[in-house]
Amino acid sequence: MATERRKHVVAKRAKKRLGDDAVTVVVMRLYVAGRAPNSVKAIANIEAICRQHLKEGYKLEIVDVCEHPRRALDDGVLVTPSLTKVSPSPGANIIGNLSDTSGVLAAMGITTTKQ
Amino acid sequence: MAKRSPQPAIQKVLTGIKGFDDISLGGLPRNRTTLVMGGPGTGKSMFALQTLVRAAGSRKQPGIFVAFEENIDAIFTNAAAFDWNLPGLTRNRLFFMNAQLSPSFVASGDFDLGGMLAMLEAKQLEMGAQWVVFDGIDVLLSLLRTPRAQMREIYRLRDWLTRRELTSIITTKIDGEGQSADAGNYGFLQFMVDCVVRFDRRLEETIPVRRLEISKYRGSSFAPGEFPLSFGPHGMEVASPGATDLPQEASTERVSTGFAGLDEMLGGGLFRSSSTLITGAPGTSKTTMAGLFTESACKRGERTLFVSFDEGGERVRRNLKSVGIQLDTHMKSGMLRMYSGRTDAVNPEEHLLRISALIAEHKPRCMVIDPLSAISRTGAISSARAIGNRLIYKLRDHQITAVITALVDGSNPQAEATELQISTIADNWIQLSYLVLGGERNRALTIVKSRGTHHSNQVRELILSNTGLALADVYSSGGEVLMGTLRWEKEAAEGARAQLREAESGVKRRELQFAEADTSARIAALQLDLERQRAALELNTRNDAAHHLSSGAQLTELRRLRGGNGNAGAKARKVRGNGHGTEKARRG
Repeated sequence: MATERRKHVVAKRAKKRLGDDAVTVVVMRLYVAGRAPNSVKAIANIEAICRQHLKEGYKLEIVDVCEHPRRALDDGVLVTPSLTKVSPSPGANIIGNLSDTSGVLAAMGITTTKQ
Repeated sequence: MAKRSPQPAIQKVLTGIKGFDDISLGGLPRNRTTLVMGGPGTGKSMFALQTLVRAAGSRKQPGIFVAFEENIDAIFTNAAAFDWNLPGLTRNRLFFMNAQLSPSFVASGDFDLGGMLAMLEAKQLEMGAQWVVFDGIDVLLSLLRTPRAQMREIYRLRDWLTRRELTSIITTKIDGEGQSADAGNYGFLQFMVDCVVRFDRRLEETIPVRRLEISKYRGSSFAPGEFPLSFGPHGMEVASPGATDLPQEASTERVSTGFAGLDEMLGGGLFRSSSTLITGAPGTSKTTMAGLFTESACKRGERTLFVSFDEGGERVRRNLKSVGIQLDTHMKSGMLRMYSGRTDAVNPEEHLLRISALIAEHKPRCMVIDPLSAISRTGAISSARAIGNRLIYKLRDHQITAVITALVDGSNPQAEATELQISTIADNWIQLSYLVLGGERNRALTIVKSRGTHHSNQVRELILSNTGLALADVYSSGGEVLMGTLRWEKEAAEGARAQLREAESGVKRRELQFAEADTSARIAALQLDLERQRAALELNTRNDAAHHLSSGAQLTELRRLRGGNGNAGAKARKVRGNGHGTEKARRG
């Protein structure tokens, strides 16, 4: 599945970034519903945000609710797409296709690293 | 996306909610969606939850409850008031999904229900769910920013429900008269679903009254109008008019009222499973009469339920004890069940539910409600009236012989006729009243009506003493009824007059007897006289004959002696002598 592959790639990239010294790694989980338009948009948007604003390091896990409904249920997911910031605290929950970049950043407590 | 192939006649599933299945003529549409809308606190969620509980409980149909609005813990706490055994059902047949978005949720861009439906689908397959409830969908929809997005998600939901063959209930809040910021979309929701039930909660004279109304049912008819609903120990109940022509066996068995005098007036007692209304001003012994009925029922070994309003069972028993009615032993033996309800701030509907539950529990053959008029104290009179009627019909359906008291305004004895208006449905109506005459207040009892019975139409005086009740005849004098001291005076006066009358007639009788005796005596004397005279006459006749014989012989002898022919002279002398003799006898 495309998402599976992408998830793998994202994780690898995060690992590479981890090699750098003394950086806060943002751990996130994005719940999507298969190839639904909003879910596809959300993946693109979060990846863009990560590339642009989380250069120091991030870990993004993408969970397809259609494939792992039990897990999503246990995690308390309601609507898709929805993004959960796992660490560092404070956590955050953002629902929607993440089209509002500044809103997403504000909710995640990330100050823009663009100099 | 719409699968609009012509469907066969609509199939229905019972909700198990008492009354609702009647007005919906069989429950909710199977594999379809029902929209439940109403203001806060109207009972929408409870309606949905109870339907789920009933399906999961008695029919073993698993269901899923998606709670957008209320926390699951709160739902469990609310449901604990009813005998639903929610935790037990949750183990295998009910699944609750906590679907409140935490306030910290941030919305960024568009989203959809695709993920949630995927999760629910997995859960449905896992547990074989046939029902799903989306409670408070308005909360979810309010997150969707545009009406277009809302509509899109509603369609998604509808299609998913159709595909999954789920019978679903969607609840949504509306403000007041259905006006809402998103009224347009809820209007759309109403078009989309097959059945719409509206809930309403209004204050009627400070008492909240809940009602529901089916405003749409595709492919089915339903009872139109608003129906009151309330909560009892088994959950929600809807007051449906019920079947109107229930076969009611008319019993000819007589049941004692526990009051011999009254039984006699009623021609032998009350009919079994009849309802008797006792109306009266405060203190006219309504409760005492109810107590007598209760005691006699218990003594006959008939289970009895005594419902008292505003006065505790303890107090009622103590008061009845003072007039010689003992209910404690029947209480202990379990024959008698007493229930007291406070009527302030309780919806009349709720009383009906509690009484219904008690009837189901205790299964009484006889029942007392004292006083029923108390339920009209709170809330609107119209609803109290409806409750009164339904209660009496219910008792009749259960074949319970009932005595119901009702308080009326002392100054207006006809008040009952206008207040609860149950006197028209009740089989018997006994009116107790005070008559104030000659500075005294006395109790009077009248049987106003008694169906199927020859009853006394006389007013009787009701006398209350520490040995119980008694009925006394009343005197009517010049169109007025006399009671109490006046009755006593009248009674005494009547007595004296009677004595006098008796004395007078005695004198007269004796006079007549004397006259009669006198006459008979005189008759006897005359008779004797007559006999004596007859005897005298006889004697005289015999003397005459003897005299005539002797004189004739003498003449013959004389003639023979004289030797002459003196026949003619002798004859003339004889006639003269005869006349003389008769005259002499008469004079004697």
